[in-house]
Amino acid sequence: MNWIKQTWLGLLGLFVDDGSLAVALIAWVLAAAFLLPRILPAEWTGLVLFVGVALILIENVARSARTKRKN
Amino acid sequence: MNWTHYAPAVLASFLASFVEFVEALTIVLAVGVTRGWVSAFGGASAGALILAILVVLLGPSLHTFPVHILQIAIGVLLLLFGTRWLRKAVLRAAGVLDLRDEEKVFTRQREALGKHTNTGATLDGVAFVTSLKAVFIEGLEVVFVVIAVGAAGGMILPASIGALGAGLVVVSLGVLLHKPLSRVPENNLKFAVGVLLSAFGVFWVGEGLGYQWFGEDWSIVALITGFLTVSLVMVRVGQRRSAAVMTPR
Repeated sequence: MNWIKQTWLGLLGLFVDDGSLAVALIAWVLAAAFLLPRILPAEWTGLVLFVGVALILIENVARSARTKRKN
Repeated sequence: MNWTHYAPAVLASFLASFVEFVEALTIVLAVGVTRGWVSAFGGASAGALILAILVVLLGPSLHTFPVHILQIAIGVLLLLFGTRWLRKAVLRAAGVLDLRDEEKVFTRQREALGKHTNTGATLDGVAFVTSLKAVFIEGLEVVFVVIAVGAAGGMILPASIGALGAGLVVVSLGVLLHKPLSRVPENNLKFAVGVLLSAFGVFWVGEGLGYQWFGEDWSIVALITGFLTVSLVMVRVGQRRSAAVMTPR
């Protein structure tokens, strides 16, 4: 059972390292699916999707750097 | 379909698989040197066999999903996987986190394996399971990358060629050198893979949602450039802040 648990944790670890990054990205993809097409011209949606992901990444890296340095 | 489509797929698959194979090789080498090569190779072969069975059993089921759902699901998984690698690579390059050292991993693994009593049997259980787990877990990442990079765009073959090439290079180097590949610039590779997979992730999420892209296939190159630029700026800012923290006033 320990082996199954370790494999499952390993599998989960492929995608989730910092839980807040994963949650923010999934929330942004949901927003991109339901909101962006209603409020933006079609040709801008892809660019805004990228900008949102980049901003989430920047915020997470900045926060992680601050936290690690405090430690 | 042109090279702008399949070249990033081959490259992403090759680089990501290269990193995973190097990590698996370090553990299999540590097992072989400490507990014997029969168990090390036996465990590694068993891990590879389980992976192959999983791919054969689960692979065909991918075609049962509607294309848009598959694109969104793979896009999200690529985003999670790619940004996870990119985040860590940026923090390591900026000096916030320590770089991974294959020599240290190798030594730690040897010490841990040395603590277990060797029963003297031909097949050593501890060695077999350690080797099997390393190959299975790292191999699972290779399989994911190949499927994620290849399945949504019908590029399983180019992605598989990239992974196979990486496997051949790493195994050949391991057989020749008989030591961990500690000189491989692992963080640079993870940085590059993070950029490529994050770009693929955004592209496939957008495709699945029916977005229009400026320049169509060329938008993948633009997304790679965008993630690379953002990441390099983050590293530079992080390095300056690290230097400011280290310098006494």
